[in-house]
Amino acid sequence: MNDTIKIRIVKDKIFFGIICFLSSLTVIPLIAILWQLLRKGYRQINWHFFTQSAPSTLDAMMAQASGSLIPGGVANGITGTFLMVGMAAVVAIPVGIFSGIYLADKQKGIYASVIRFLTDVLQGTPSIVIGIIAYAWVVKPLGAYSALAGATAMVIMMLPLIVRSTEETLKMLPESLKEAALALGAPYWSVMFRVLLPSAFGGLFTGILLAVSRVMGETAPLMMTALGCTAVNWNVLKPTSAVPLLIWQFYNDPNLIDMIWSSSLFLMILILGLNLIAKQVAQKWRI
Amino acid sequence: MRQENISDLFFRRALFVASIFILLICAGMVYAMVSGSWAGLSKFGFFHFFFSSTWDPTLGHEQYGALSFIVGTLLTSVLALGFCLPFSLSVALFIGEYFKGKKVANVISSVIDLLAGIPSIVYGLWGFYTLRPLMQGWGLSEQGFGILTASLVLSIMIIPYAASLSAEFIRMVPRQLKEGAYSLGATHFEVVRSVMFPASGSGIFASYVLALGRALGETMAVTMLIGNTNDLPTSLTATGNTMASIIANQFGEADGLKLSSLIALGLMLFLITAVINFIGKMIMKKFTV
Repeated sequence: MNDTIKIRIVKDKIFFGIICFLSSLTVIPLIAILWQLLRKGYRQINWHFFTQSAPSTLDAMMAQASGSLIPGGVANGITGTFLMVGMAAVVAIPVGIFSGIYLADKQKGIYASVIRFLTDVLQGTPSIVIGIIAYAWVVKPLGAYSALAGATAMVIMMLPLIVRSTEETLKMLPESLKEAALALGAPYWSVMFRVLLPSAFGGLFTGILLAVSRVMGETAPLMMTALGCTAVNWNVLKPTSAVPLLIWQFYNDPNLIDMIWSSSLFLMILILGLNLIAKQVAQKWRI
Repeated sequence: MRQENISDLFFRRALFVASIFILLICAGMVYAMVSGSWAGLSKFGFFHFFFSSTWDPTLGHEQYGALSFIVGTLLTSVLALGFCLPFSLSVALFIGEYFKGKKVANVISSVIDLLAGIPSIVYGLWGFYTLRPLMQGWGLSEQGFGILTASLVLSIMIIPYAASLSAEFIRMVPRQLKEGAYSLGATHFEVVRSVMFPASGSGIFASYVLALGRALGETMAVTMLIGNTNDLPTSLTATGNTMASIIANQFGEADGLKLSSLIALGLMLFLITAVINFIGKMIMKKFTV
């Protein structure tokens, strides 16, 4: 073998090595983050963590002085997160699915492409900007921070994700499915609800889960809309807490700083769990 | 003759109404931001607001300018893009070409998906407690805060977006092209360099443009790491503020002129990300069709 060929082969091997090396490095942050949260946070996670509200600074200081675990949990955050995500989902899921059907139905036309473009714009809008919007729409007119405002911000963040996933999934269904149902004389809405949407269930469900998992972890827009609250709150017109808001609050309070690990761990498990379920669903129900 | 039944008509109307909802949201967004920022922009002047770097909330002679935050945003995002480039490109080649369809590729792409799922605030905590002491230890900056720290964490956050999109485009390179090159005796590296990159280059470029759009708007992690000073950053290890981080920091206690100026910053951030995303999508569309 002559030298140039040898050099080329060596180059090829080196390049391959670099690719493998750099790719495997991306695993490090994930493991480092998970490990840090687990190591520092696991002790806090117990029954009280889910049933009690966030402790006051004073309680936390006393507990730390006596060397025991900080009492209390994140119940106000959990209920707040579920309240707001629930309200947002009730609006965003039907509207998103319906707009997605509309877009999948009308492939051409100026109006449909404008809507498609605006959906892309919404999807790319930074969450902090969405926070400003929800503040201007809800907090300012009502004169108070509220769960309603937080849910509004979440709707704006969830909508584009659900619209796009519905549209993409419906587009992937074979045309013959629709035609067969129509040929049997079924009206359009019945074709949609009895044939197309059930066949597209996997894609739709995955889209919804990913949208939910995205808004669950958002902090910035909630700081400007829901603000936070020290007790469990079910009134949609009052300030409400959420798990990411609690993490931010703990981070800014030197006495509560030890709580950030357990609450982050909880949030991570929730979100990554949803992500993994979404991936499983997508694989199982693949069209 | 085709007869539309009543429930069908109703259903189609409902679909249309849902799509109007999106239109209304966008119109309402622009209206809320323009009207909210009007007071500030008209007081300081459109042009002056963008090119002044003073941010002085002292009552009586308030002065607000966006330049330091624009510079901060661009610096952190572009740096982050630079840091993420080698990693996301390797990952894209790893899952899209070298180990396409194998188990290892599945593992790496799951890792990437999970990285994308980690909330911004958790990245911020990690940066604060793990990366910041490292930066101090290496003597890169005294406090550990700053543009460099923020962009390092930001780069990890955007790796998933850049990598998974580029991998799509790398996968789409036609087999015949690659096989043609192999049959001429090219090594794998040469195929990647002289066949695959030219063929999928614009798609890969577009995915980095979209990743840049993500980086520009990231808030929490940057807020926790950049140091939050309102001056024009002078070096890479200096502290600063991005548009997103100053809004997150000061929105709560702001009112009057300051609130209006913050909303103006939000409007600008919105426009910049919209344009960047539009460019990315256009390049992608041209490439796929």
